[in-house]
Amino acid sequence: MQFGVFTVGDVTPDPTTGRTPTEAERIKAMVAIALKAEEVGLDVFATGEHHNPPFVPSSPTTMLGYVAARTERLILSTATTLITTNDPVKIAEDYAMLQHLADGRVDLIMGRGNTGPVYPWFGKDIRDGIDLAIENYALLHKLWREDVVDWEGKHRTPLQSFTSTPRPLDDVPPFVWHGSIRSPQIAEQAAYYGDGFFANHIFWPKEHFQRLIGFYRERFEHYGHGAAHQAIVGLGGQVFMRRNSQDAVREFRPYFDNAPVYGHGPSLEEFTEQTPLTVGSPQEVIDKTLTFREHFGDYQRQLFLMDHAGLPLKTVLEQLDLLGEIVPTLRREFAVGRPADVPDAPTHSSMLKAAAEGVNSR
Amino acid sequence: MTALAVVQAGLGTPSSTQLLATRLAEATERLVPGLEVRTVHVRDVARDVADNLVTGFPSARLREVVESVVGADAVIAVTPTFNASYSGLFKSFVDVLEPSSLAGKPVLIGATGGTERHSLVLDHALRPLFAYLRAVVVPTGVYAASSDWGAQGLPGRIDRAAGELADLLAGRAPAERVDHGFVPFDQLLAGR
Repeated sequence: MQFGVFTVGDVTPDPTTGRTPTEAERIKAMVAIALKAEEVGLDVFATGEHHNPPFVPSSPTTMLGYVAARTERLILSTATTLITTNDPVKIAEDYAMLQHLADGRVDLIMGRGNTGPVYPWFGKDIRDGIDLAIENYALLHKLWREDVVDWEGKHRTPLQSFTSTPRPLDDVPPFVWHGSIRSPQIAEQAAYYGDGFFANHIFWPKEHFQRLIGFYRERFEHYGHGAAHQAIVGLGGQVFMRRNSQDAVREFRPYFDNAPVYGHGPSLEEFTEQTPLTVGSPQEVIDKTLTFREHFGDYQRQLFLMDHAGLPLKTVLEQLDLLGEIVPTLRREFAVGRPADVPDAPTHSSMLKAAAEGVNSR
Repeated sequence: MTALAVVQAGLGTPSSTQLLATRLAEATERLVPGLEVRTVHVRDVARDVADNLVTGFPSARLREVVESVVGADAVIAVTPTFNASYSGLFKSFVDVLEPSSLAGKPVLIGATGGTERHSLVLDHALRPLFAYLRAVVVPTGVYAASSDWGAQGLPGRIDRAAGELADLLAGRAPAERVDHGFVPFDQLLAGR
């Protein structure tokens, strides 16, 4: 099982000091978080992609390329790559390039993006969101698998005799997850291709995602990629830890109360009860995280949001130290009773091996 | 069994909005034997509604309330008149419903206010709202000013509106839950 962090890259004032980091500070902080993730033994760092303030990460492969050069082991991912407003040709090229530089330590989570104006800023229409996700990914999938592509669709100019370069490393395209909060069409898309499904359930109650993930698993089996319990599932999580539970609550509360997404709404206690958010001791985080398996079945990837809402970098790095301390326990506990035929999340080396054995169905 | 959701956004206790909603529900019940009446007092979930607007998801309690409304065969919706329109709380409750969840559903609209001068709130505010949601709004809406509670005419309007709602309900297939959004991939990918 993979553990990691994902960052939105928001520039938010620290509500306890009123200080807002500069863009440069925030970008460097994201890099520091990625390096720390590797240092404390995590497997994945994923950056968001945004094209509007208060977010800084508009250019994920620039950041991930830099992180790749400074890490050895860490898988570099996205949360999410905008499959709707980016040109799939550019995604194919950028991430293949990154794959070569990072020796294959690359995968992507596709998302549609929910900020209305970003669509027209990139020449698209949000009402075409699902259709763009379907068509653009179909093209991307083809560009990574066929050397010479003739193609015609509704949302970009046709291609004749086009070759996306560089070709994917070892002819093994990066593994792709599809993220969705509420669209069964995207779960259906992930199932159709035998790709992963990432449910960022950090802002929503589990019942909603149980339906969505259950549907993805069922359709994954329907399309012949394996049994439902073998589908590739990733989940979000959000934690804040201190050795002493009360200290965690006291320190995190002002960040929670003023957080951009959910602040000034439900109380910390209500939100903790309704969503995966855990604010407390390391043991409480372990206990809550282990319940995810009971709700969603054995899964492959757990990403935590650690650095939003104006939390200072120093605090975030302390959080990552604590996360590094509990992850071995989580690995051990998640392995208990896990059926032998539940696969790990595909990586470059596992897909290369599968391709060599001729069993790559993806 | 036929289910009727009665949504009222009165704030006071006692509340003339609640009173009107109850009268409308009772009049409908008399015409539809065995009607299951589900009452929603929006005030009881006021904080949940505000939280839903902020977080994007309903609390467990609000989800149950929303499901009782969108799963009903018909809806009676009654709001106090604030500043020449439905109350903000009433509108906020409507805003947390899925846009298509009232499509095709018979709806009886009602409103209350301090004076008769606000009575067009029904046709200037409530009717367009439910028209946008593609609900089937009965022709008679019922407005009750304070003075109506001591005058003739209100019971007749209540009965007429309830009769129209009962007529719409008669012979309709029961409301079913639709599984929104599932399209097999070959259709999603059609033509590519």
